[in-house]
Amino acid sequence: MALFKLLVNGRNYEADVDPETPLLWVLRDHLGLVGTKYGCGIAQCGACTIHLDGEATRSCVLPVSAIGTAKVTTIEGLSSTGDHPVQLAWDEVDVPQCGYCQAGQIMTAASFLKHNTKPTEEEIEVAMSGNLCRCGTYHRIREAVKLASTKLK
Amino acid sequence: MSTLPNPSRRNFLKLAIATSGGLFLGFNWNTASADTQAILTEGTLAGAIDFNSYLSIAPNGIVTIFSPNPEVGQGIKTAFPMIVAEELDVDWKNVNVMQAPLDTQKFERQVAGGSGSIRHSWQRLRKAGATARQMLLEAGAKQWKVPVAECKTEKGMVIHTTSGRKLSYGELASEAAKLSVPSDVKLKEVKDFQLIGQVAKNVDNPKILTGQPLYGIDFYREGMLFAMIKRPSAFGLKLKSVDSTAAKSMSGITDVITFKNNVAVVGKSTWQVKKAIDLLKIEYEKESDLESTTDHNRIFEELLNSTNTTVRRKDGDVEMAFKNAAKVIKSEYQCPFISHSPLEPMNFFAHVKPDSVELIGSTQTPEAARNETAKLLNIAPEKVSVEMTRMGGGFGRRLKTDYVLEAVEVSNLVKAPVKVIWTREDDMTGGSYRPAVRYRFEAALDKQGNLVGYKLRGVGMNSGNCTREDNFPSGAVENLLIDTVEHKSPITTGPWRAPITNFLAFAEQAFMDEVASAAKKDPVQFRLELLDKAKKSPTGAIKYDIDRMKSVIQLAVDKSGWGKKKGVSQGFSVYFSHFSYVAQVGEVVMQKGKPVLTKIYAAADCGVVINKSGARQQIMGGIVDGLGHAMYANLTFKDGAPQQSNFNTYRLIRMNEIPEVEVHFVENTIDPTGLGEPALPPTGAAVANALFKATGKRLRNQPFAEQEGMKGIS
Repeated sequence: MALFKLLVNGRNYEADVDPETPLLWVLRDHLGLVGTKYGCGIAQCGACTIHLDGEATRSCVLPVSAIGTAKVTTIEGLSSTGDHPVQLAWDEVDVPQCGYCQAGQIMTAASFLKHNTKPTEEEIEVAMSGNLCRCGTYHRIREAVKLASTKLK
Repeated sequence: MSTLPNPSRRNFLKLAIATSGGLFLGFNWNTASADTQAILTEGTLAGAIDFNSYLSIAPNGIVTIFSPNPEVGQGIKTAFPMIVAEELDVDWKNVNVMQAPLDTQKFERQVAGGSGSIRHSWQRLRKAGATARQMLLEAGAKQWKVPVAECKTEKGMVIHTTSGRKLSYGELASEAAKLSVPSDVKLKEVKDFQLIGQVAKNVDNPKILTGQPLYGIDFYREGMLFAMIKRPSAFGLKLKSVDSTAAKSMSGITDVITFKNNVAVVGKSTWQVKKAIDLLKIEYEKESDLESTTDHNRIFEELLNSTNTTVRRKDGDVEMAFKNAAKVIKSEYQCPFISHSPLEPMNFFAHVKPDSVELIGSTQTPEAARNETAKLLNIAPEKVSVEMTRMGGGFGRRLKTDYVLEAVEVSNLVKAPVKVIWTREDDMTGGSYRPAVRYRFEAALDKQGNLVGYKLRGVGMNSGNCTREDNFPSGAVENLLIDTVEHKSPITTGPWRAPITNFLAFAEQAFMDEVASAAKKDPVQFRLELLDKAKKSPTGAIKYDIDRMKSVIQLAVDKSGWGKKKGVSQGFSVYFSHFSYVAQVGEVVMQKGKPVLTKIYAAADCGVVINKSGARQQIMGGIVDGLGHAMYANLTFKDGAPQQSNFNTYRLIRMNEIPEVEVHFVENTIDPTGLGEPALPPTGAAVANALFKATGKRLRNQPFAEQEGMKGIS
């Protein structure tokens, strides 16, 4: 066990955990931030996607000891009032079915749109294909990413 | 306007809330009910057994509706309240939805399964809304001292039409609560619906999109322990010995316990438990046969030749029909075991206390969870409470209660509140799969290419009746025999979204294409001729509506431009399941000499569409699900052990693999039926039949992607 200082969503946290503990479980079990989801544990489904210094990262395979001073952003901190362009687009398109994968989808999309503000459909598919949606909301995710790109400030 | 015949006044109960004012209307999902009793405070609501749900209208006009059925992504938590709100005539933005807990005295059929919730509750929900509306209308009329007939409602307001005076529901709610419950109420005509048939967003969107706790796996309570369970590594093994020394010495571990063939590691956090469980040294021994996929292929052959069959339907004289046939077509279709793989793995919270049990989590069948818990602990079911969370998918997996009972066992043994979590590997290898099945079809054609004889034998692993013997083309063929044989396997199976029909529909509709081709007829025309025949001269019972099936076929034909497109190969499929009808047309285009699935058209008849957004997505998602599993899913076994355990080896469809999907609904005023499943079954055949047209190659086995030349088609 070791004490880790973490900056999550602009707030300082401390967690006394095994250094190998994936960030996912630190967030969920120790910090009470359960918006980041467990889906596979091997970086295959993307449900655990968070931002590490703004870049989409799979938290299920990221040991807490590897974070250092990097800033962590989770779905809870993507925007203070749930009005990030991607969140607004997701609501407008009414993307979620069961909704379990959507936090990861949104975090992937938000990071992607920072780098590519006017993506083509093909670029969206490439960017989003790492995130599984078991309900099959892919058409709406694609549409929502497109819509979000028009809402970027 | 339609008037309900003699609705029982006793099915409704209104109550005034002394403290807050407003109208509380209790209503019954059941038809029978005990005598009404006056309920005056919210506190006594919980104890009231005379009604089984309620809606409330607060003085500020906010309407709260309890939704009793578990939400698994089928959209019931949005659709149910829409129906109430429609008849209540209230603005949707003023409606609040609450998830009700399991309460078998107040509700019935609190199940997410069988695409049955809307069909089951449609009339009751409408009646509830209409009753409250009528009381508000009467309250308004009374206030103005005018006849009720001079008043109308509109978006949460009662309006006196002659004077133009208006009062909001919120203003009238307390007065309405003092009136007697009307003995009959008028329901709206379908043509007058303003909310039903429109787009309503998922009521949980605000929480889902900001990551607030919603799902079973998100549940946490101070003092709760975490547990993971090591189950036998293969089906057919049982526990022999456990060495838990190393696991027990790990930091954060509080208990290692054994029950049945399982070893549970209990501790203070998920990761500590996960690390410790990998240190268990367990020996297993053989309890029954350890089956491999190669064994299953041999067993299929044996079952197909079995004489010990269960006849499901027999019409006419099949042997004679085949003897006299001008042409006989025979084909076999096979599917593998597949995993449900909801993205939220199995998990459940249980707290077994000295005098009660608390269960919280994701379940499609809370009542079974309660009853089986009571049975396991030998206590009365009333001692068990079940709170349903939103589910991160289910697809039938959460109709099983094994994972609930595990949590109960562990909590009972360690005497603490416990949440059991399955890893993805546990979830995929832990059983309850869609059964592997093989079908053998035989069709007899006469000289004119008419289908005069039809045989279907379905054989499978723990597959029960793996046919739907009364489905089309039954009723359209004079001589028909449908039978099944089942192999009892140690590998556990269970309902998987659109149970049985998720593969049977592919097999039947792909075989139908083969028969049409042999008869040298257009596949759509061939089906329509059979349906006409079933209508004019039916053979035996017909349990599908011929006209509705024809209308979805026609809609799919019209929208897809069936047979009129150049450079596009189309495949057709139509299926009736869960009381809804869906036809699909798949389109394949040859690109650089390779077939590529570009589009799927869907035409659906589920009666009145409640939520246009939810309904459309059920069809789109059903098609993606049907396509994905037809293309890629394959769970194989070696010596009883599943050979795939996570998404790196068990492939699910991804965004870059989906075709365009276009959805159309038959517009009618028929009472609604479900949509959670019916769009999935027809997809496989629409795709395979299009691929045949494009390549001349018949696909008869799933997964398609593992068949020759079929890589990268979607």
